[in-house]
Amino acid sequence: MNDLTRRRLLTAIPIAGAGVLGLGFWKMLGGMGRGSFDPHAINAPILDRPLPDFTLPGLPDQGEGFGAADLRAQTAPVLLNFFASWCIPCVAEMPELRRIAARVPLWGIAYKDKPENAARFVARDGSPFTRVGLDQSGMTAIEWGVSGVPETFLILPGGKIAWHGTAEITEETFNRKIAPRMKAAR
Amino acid sequence: MDGLTRFTRQARIIVAIVLFAMAGPAWAVDDPSEMLPDKKQEQRAEAIGAQLRCLVCQNESIEDSSADLARDLRHVVREHVAQGESDQQIMQWMTARYGDFVRLQPRLTLGTFLLWAMPVLAVLVGATIAALTLRRRQTAPTPLTDEERRRLAELSNATGNS
Repeated sequence: MNDLTRRRLLTAIPIAGAGVLGLGFWKMLGGMGRGSFDPHAINAPILDRPLPDFTLPGLPDQGEGFGAADLRAQTAPVLLNFFASWCIPCVAEMPELRRIAARVPLWGIAYKDKPENAARFVARDGSPFTRVGLDQSGMTAIEWGVSGVPETFLILPGGKIAWHGTAEITEETFNRKIAPRMKAAR
Repeated sequence: MDGLTRFTRQARIIVAIVLFAMAGPAWAVDDPSEMLPDKKQEQRAEAIGAQLRCLVCQNESIEDSSADLARDLRHVVREHVAQGESDQQIMQWMTARYGDFVRLQPRLTLGTFLLWAMPVLAVLVGATIAALTLRRRQTAPTPLTDEERRRLAELSNATGNS
């Protein structure tokens, strides 16, 4: 290798390296913009698996609780939302949940909440939930791989978990992620 | 006056040292009632917990974090340890729910191969570069030609005269 080719190589290699890195970052940032890449997403192994066993009591004046058997018995898709009255994003999410509840049955699980606080929170502007359970110990949430609230799961008939979201639901998320999966299940 | 200020300064230093000594290590467990009565089992639970990521403060282990979820997971680990499950069974229970992300020490897979191989690769690349550089340094530069020698003498004479 003579001096000139070595010098050219020494110039080209860092530039090529920087180019590859730049391309990678550009793709990552593009994915974040489009929503196809989320660096905070926790890859939930629960997806495409049958839902875990659990039974939960209800909230005061909000009907009976529910369990895994009730969810498995459903013949249409159900959206399951983990929430808490102490969680600000959950408060922010409520109006959107009420709109979404008109398009898909929405079931709720109150996570580590006092029964009376959760009941008041749910009932304040009209409950969006068809059924509500209370997970006061947080152990059911761990069975579902929940790491915080709000988290939402789409459950297809037969009890298969088809989608998992770890942020508050927006209309855009519903239209882009949830609705197509509901349609595919029909 | 001067003696008094000196005294207060010394007292402050002593108080600081005493407080520092009293602080001891930061205990992960928030409440001693969380701990298992059996010392051996508790040690095992701590070792397992130190390998599990807290999903709330993602760079801390569940033993180090005081997040609610970390406390619940510590409780789960201790329950499983008390039931006599192996470390591997408990790890499997956790990864079944939270995925490989929950392990602070990533598993060796195709995706993490580069990560694991990096120390060896870095040493190899460094050693190669060092060896090449050293070898190049050892080869003496080619001696000057007669023409170059003449030109060098000419130049040094020129600067010497001015």
